[in-house]
Amino acid sequence: MTRYVMAIDLRRCVGCQTCTAACKNANATPPGVQWRRVLDLETGEFPDVRRSFVPVACMHCDEPPCEEVCPTKATTKRPDGLVAIDYDTCIGCANCVMACPYEARSIVHEVKFAYGDKPIKSEEVRFDPARIGVSMKCTFCIDRIDLAAQTGQVPGRDPEVTPACVNSCISGAMAFGDLDDPDSKVSRLIAENKTFRMHEELGTGPGVYYIWDKG
Amino acid sequence: MKTPKIRPGERVGPRQQHNWDWRAASNFIAGGTGGGLLAFAAFASLWGADVRALLVAGMALIGAGLTCVWFEIGKPWRALNVYRHAATSWMTREAAVAPFVFGTGVLALATGLGLFVLLTGIFGACFVYAQARILAADKGIPAWRHRRCLPLVAATGFAEGASLLAVATPFLIPHVAGQIAVATGALVLLFVRVLLWRNYLRGLRSEGAPVGSLRALSAIDGPFLKYGNLLPAVLLMVGVLGTPLAGAALVLAGLVAVAGGWWFKYTLVRRAAFTQGFALPHLPVRGRGTSGAGVKPGWGGA
Repeated sequence: MTRYVMAIDLRRCVGCQTCTAACKNANATPPGVQWRRVLDLETGEFPDVRRSFVPVACMHCDEPPCEEVCPTKATTKRPDGLVAIDYDTCIGCANCVMACPYEARSIVHEVKFAYGDKPIKSEEVRFDPARIGVSMKCTFCIDRIDLAAQTGQVPGRDPEVTPACVNSCISGAMAFGDLDDPDSKVSRLIAENKTFRMHEELGTGPGVYYIWDKG
Repeated sequence: MKTPKIRPGERVGPRQQHNWDWRAASNFIAGGTGGGLLAFAAFASLWGADVRALLVAGMALIGAGLTCVWFEIGKPWRALNVYRHAATSWMTREAAVAPFVFGTGVLALATGLGLFVLLTGIFGACFVYAQARILAADKGIPAWRHRRCLPLVAATGFAEGASLLAVATPFLIPHVAGQIAVATGALVLLFVRVLLWRNYLRGLRSEGAPVGSLRALSAIDGPFLKYGNLLPAVLLMVGVLGTPLAGAALVLAGLVAVAGGWWFKYTLVRRAAFTQGFALPHLPVRGRGTSGAGVKPGWGGA
């Protein structure tokens, strides 16, 4: 079996938002919609003040609440752990948006472009009308993962079949791969370090592991 | 896990949801009342009351709520896809119950058979329950997924149904004993609603919830108790005592109790619907430092 997950080293993330930009570029999300973003938290009191950066997106959960509540089966969990949306089936009811505890989903009801009503060249080419009025979210760059089956490359190791955010990370904070492969980079990172998953108490089994200290 | 001094950046803490607006809220408002009304209309029919007008009103309320939702969804012409996931989705199940409500309701009106009236009432009750489960399944909204929310939402639907029956009672049930029975039933349901409301609020406060949810719900606590429940309860008591103004008191009590329930549900679905936000059980170790205590911005209570 394969279970694709992501490991994000919070000790390394510098909050540069390069992954956010890479995601936007790779997936052509509309203005105001970011499938990948980096939270910026400032905590504590002088002189013990801390700043933490936390990249978040769809957690591709083991038990996705979005899939459970979806009345159309547009949201499905694949055998490799990726949670996918069929834009042609979704009715845009937003029940999945309410069910997701990670604020990973968005619905855009009107066509919007970066500079007003008319698309710029790149938007003209990449505009996808199927995404209007339906739920959308991070796919872990699903098209790249699926490409691996044809090319024989390994997601997480070969950049062509690895999510854009992971490829772009300037500090090497993000890793992607198969958790069921004990030799994959994510498996080793998770085994060798202390990790947590966001809102684990909700029983969703998120597929993103945050590294916060050495093991 | 809370840190008193925290300056979260944009969209770190819980924020009010904006995907379900008044149209979605209307489905819970009108649908819950309609389902509750059908259930109590069926109950009243057991004592020989002519409940045809109530059946029409209940179905109209459910239909109005579903129509509002239809105008809300992003792809209304694909709405029939809603029936594809009965295995786990309560939204599918709610949609699946609706045709049975209307089917048996129309048959009840056309034939006058008590069996169809009873079935309409049962399906109406199922509709109320399915709506409560929709909210409970939405894990992204802590105020909805709280285990005490489900019974409260279901109970307020039934309380509103009983209250609307009280409104209709002076016109449908001429004898005093029947009016007293309806008033007593509505009174009991209002009492149950108050108990569940206080229990829910206490649960949220003691177990923790987004500050915005607590603020929105606390803001209606007093007025909801006084005007949404106590005032109609007093009026229902007037009805129970069988005074000369009992009929007017029942009508007024029912309308006020329904308005209170609608106000609560609008608050729950819109104003108190704050997302989970983000939390870190451990702050990361940076450089030679140590890890910090966990943070959960924007949460209160507990």
